[in-house]
Amino acid sequence: MSYIMIIVSCVFVNNIVLSQFMGICPFLGVSKQVKSSVGMGAAVIFVMVCATAVTYPIYLLLERFEITYLRTIAFILVIALFVQLVEMILKKKLPPLYRALGVYLPLITTNCAVLGVTIGNIDNDYTFTQSLTNAFGTGAAFTLALVLFSGVRARIEDCDFPETFKGVPATMIAAAIVSLSFMGFSGII
Amino acid sequence: MTALIPIGIFAALGAVSGIALTVASKVFEVKEDKRIAEIGDTLPQANCGGCGYSGCADYAAAVVEKGAACNLCRPGGDAAAAKIAQIMGQEAQDVIELTAFVRCAGDCNSTEHKYIYDGIQSCAASNRYYSGSKLCTSGCLGYGDCVSACPNGAIQIKDRIAKVDQKKCIGCGLCATACPNKIISIRPATQVYEVYCVSRSNAKETRAVCPNGCVACRMCEKACPSGAIKVENNHAVIDYDLCTGCGECAKACRFGVIKEVR
Repeated sequence: MSYIMIIVSCVFVNNIVLSQFMGICPFLGVSKQVKSSVGMGAAVIFVMVCATAVTYPIYLLLERFEITYLRTIAFILVIALFVQLVEMILKKKLPPLYRALGVYLPLITTNCAVLGVTIGNIDNDYTFTQSLTNAFGTGAAFTLALVLFSGVRARIEDCDFPETFKGVPATMIAAAIVSLSFMGFSGII
Repeated sequence: MTALIPIGIFAALGAVSGIALTVASKVFEVKEDKRIAEIGDTLPQANCGGCGYSGCADYAAAVVEKGAACNLCRPGGDAAAAKIAQIMGQEAQDVIELTAFVRCAGDCNSTEHKYIYDGIQSCAASNRYYSGSKLCTSGCLGYGDCVSACPNGAIQIKDRIAKVDQKKCIGCGLCATACPNKIISIRPATQVYEVYCVSRSNAKETRAVCPNGCVACRMCEKACPSGAIKVENNHAVIDYDLCTGCGECAKACRFGVIKEVR
């Protein structure tokens, strides 16, 4: 499978948030502002690519000793390591973004999207470079979903909804409609 | 033997991660004022937001960085305020304790009911039907939305009117938010005198529905030596910052609307 196909596949056809419904928590939590959603997306791309770069050789090691059943715990360890790194770097270099992301930054650790990518790479029998491409593409897909949705939410803020739908319900309905629009891509590849 | 391999691999993995994080924490170290952590330790970590900042950590940072006052933490009380002042090298100030007060005296002996309300027993619900069942539309509705909002059991409905136990009240302000008529004020616990009415109607209409209502005669306004009491929207309002608690207003009030809080 060519690299372009992998990218198109994970950004549009199998969008991690809008088609596979992983990483919903930050999708709803950090999409209030376009700026913080871009920052969150960048952090997730970094964690995904780095985690894939490390988990791929680790998986080969686990395979060598036939203990692949331990892959989940090994992968989470690596992901947690990189999330901690991102947190330190952001705290030092970009304190405003660090504050804007708040609790959602350490929550990348338990973000199933990141674990989903690393395990998906193994299940799809990707090579090392294909895995990295997939990780980057999935991170980009996450960023795309977040940025798109933060735009939608900015519009929602201005709308006069019935009292019952204000706040979370309106956001949920909007998320469902955005997700619906991505169904148009299904079956292209 | 087979168990040793995974244990060894994971020990190595953990060790490498640990070393990497230690190195990174040294490289990306952010120097924080030590006092922020110290203040954070003295705060009760209730994260109530009563100080006006979003949580204890935020308040601790605000004290050090923005020079916020040391005595804003009410759950921590005077002890926490004294410790924070000590850390900051300032003179200790006591915490201004707040309590809630229901500004209404329209109990079942004074104001009549215009209809028998048999719906959901809540102020917000009864308020939908012609501003509640009592004749006075500004006062206490008497269905206890504040009672259910109170986390400390400090409010009771007695004679169809809410009464705050000043000793139990912690001044959180949840009742004031819950009240549909917004008649509950959050005021300094030291405040002695209060106006027991918030009627927005004129004198004739107020007296027609409740003998305990404020008629906005302005006698209290004239009697107050410190200019702390003003008539607004057809009832007297005390400015807590200016009030000295002399009690002249209570003496001047001919209708017994201004009284000592018990």
